[in-house]
Amino acid sequence: MDTIKTFIRKSRIKSPWLLHFDCGSCNGCDIEVLACLTPVYDIERFGIINVGNPKHADLLLVTGTVNHRNKKVLGNLAEQMPEPKIVVALGSCGLSGGVFREAYNVIGGVDKIIPVDVYVPGCPPKPEAIIDGVVTGLAKFAQKKGDTS
Amino acid sequence: MARTIIPFGPQHPVFPEPLHLKLVLEDEIVKEAVPALGYVHRGLEMLADIRDYHQMIQICERVCGICSTIHAQCYCQGIEELMGIEVPARAKFLRVIWAEIHRVQSHLLWLGLFADAFGFESLFMQCWKIRERVMDINEATGGNRVNVSVNIIGGVKRDLAPDMTRWILSELDLVEQEVKRLEKVLLHDYTVKKRTVGKGVLTKDQALELGAVGPTLRGSGVAQDIRQLGYAAYGDLSYTPVVAKDGDAYSRNRVRFLETYQAIALVREAISKLPPGEISVKVKGKPEGEIVSRVEQPRGELMYYIKGNGKKNLDRLRIRTPTFANIPPLLSMLPGIELADVPVIVLSIDPCISCTER
Amino acid sequence: MKEEVISVTPDTLGNKIAEMKKNGYRFVTMSCVELDSDTVDILYHFDKNLELAHFRLTIPKNEAAPSISPVYFAAFLVENEIQDQFGIRFDGLAIDYNRTLYLEEEVQRAPYCRITVSNVEGSEGD
Ligand code: SF4
Repeated sequence: MDTIKTFIRKSRIKSPWLLHFDCGSCNGCDIEVLACLTPVYDIERFGIINVGNPKHADLLLVTGTVNHRNKKVLGNLAEQMPEPKIVVALGSCGLSGGVFREAYNVIGGVDKIIPVDVYVPGCPPKPEAIIDGVVTGLAKFAQKKGDTS
Repeated sequence: MARTIIPFGPQHPVFPEPLHLKLVLEDEIVKEAVPALGYVHRGLEMLADIRDYHQMIQICERVCGICSTIHAQCYCQGIEELMGIEVPARAKFLRVIWAEIHRVQSHLLWLGLFADAFGFESLFMQCWKIRERVMDINEATGGNRVNVSVNIIGGVKRDLAPDMTRWILSELDLVEQEVKRLEKVLLHDYTVKKRTVGKGVLTKDQALELGAVGPTLRGSGVAQDIRQLGYAAYGDLSYTPVVAKDGDAYSRNRVRFLETYQAIALVREAISKLPPGEISVKVKGKPEGEIVSRVEQPRGELMYYIKGNGKKNLDRLRIRTPTFANIPPLLSMLPGIELADVPVIVLSIDPCISCTER
Repeated sequence: MKEEVISVTPDTLGNKIAEMKKNGYRFVTMSCVELDSDTVDILYHFDKNLELAHFRLTIPKNEAAPSISPVYFAAFLVENEIQDQFGIRFDGLAIDYNRTLYLEEEVQRAPYCRITVSNVEGSEGD
């Protein structure tokens, strides 16, 4: 049993699965996240696979501002992910609300709703920066794994 | 037959954006679809109260990241018309060049997502690989891959040097060659046709009645495109709308695919005719009065209603984006199709939710 | 505006819209503009062969406007949007989201009105 657990623990670090949620971004950040998955930047070389189911995911990439309606969805998604998990907030919007922070339906950054581990600034961040953010997240992930086991 | 209601979205692997549809099904067949919006609503039209009319350009660019330049262009053209500013000819041509480069980028993006919607993943990767060349052009000319912020009121703020235009042309040649190689797959492949031909039909009358715009309208056989008005420099360029007549997902795919070539041709023509001279004029005064400004986005007609009152903040800014107009046609396409085809049909209007909700 | 804007009243609106539909105009959109603390302008934009046509309806905020969505179905989205943002009510909407198209149920304020009249009134009144 223990060997299986160790195996899973190791593999989750080596091949973390990623869930992307758009909370109200202008699409700029989303298309850059998608660009990371495509051949030129190819985030899959770090063993990262984009999944659609929060229950399979280790990493949550959130783009865009949080508003009163999607905060429930965001909280829900984060809750469904298995521990330990890493949340990466992307773009000025995800950090603080960006240019939209004064708009009436905007609550602010992602960290108003769920704890964020890595912040990637930029409007939008370049794919290189996103990859860097994800890889930084992985280091934290390995650390968290160590703590919980 | 019992009816089931299936929520489609808001977080769905096919879409990068949170689109939520409530689908009423009987067996596998969709009977009714009701959209639920609001996941991306920010309320940015209201920011006109806080930001002055120059600063609003940056907000308009961020209505939608995929067609940012064109949003800013529409807004600037509206304000210029309101204030009676005559933009230099060079600036008009430069605006066309950036807008058409953006269109190539947007259509390639869409072709990829569309391929992904019917499970053709390698085609998705291929489209996005080609698109990276266009993104490089954006970055080299505008300083940002996505939000190419070049428009200002009174012209543009960046110029294209001759060696830059030469490089753009050579890159676009490569893009065109690579896109050509996709033609066989996207337009003639058996599987692609099987998934798209005859699916989600919108007849010509329906399209007009429900207010469809852009490739959705042209895919149903209506040759209407705001570029025919000849705004910016389009009046000096040779341009005829691309039309397909069947009104199904395949026709819309075809229109967008052929428009990619057309956009590249328009960039070439605009560069060859690029007049010398200033790229912007000084702006004095404050906007006053009402105006409706329209341009053609990759997704269709974009409309800005601007009302100024002689102060630095606008009285009202209203943005009607193409997807907003294309949602009622989408609702009429969905009934009668199978659940498995829903992603393909939804994507066939090229939905952009952040535009729709602003 | 470059084109002429024709003023209409709630009574004449229905006829005008039906006429537009008969003449084959495409519905573009509606824009709502707050004029002062209790009136708004609703502008109707139509297009035919790239020519625009506009109507202007000026109504008090607490009065319901007639919906044109039974004629032009496409108008239901924008009418719901105006309900959300300005608190104006539309009579006879094809699909009525009841002020929850963009906003959550709890919202009691019309965000696009600078001078807000409490718009709970509208719903309490009827
Ligand atoms: S950070 Fe910039 S690009 Fe990203 S969602 Fe916000 S406005 Fe768009």
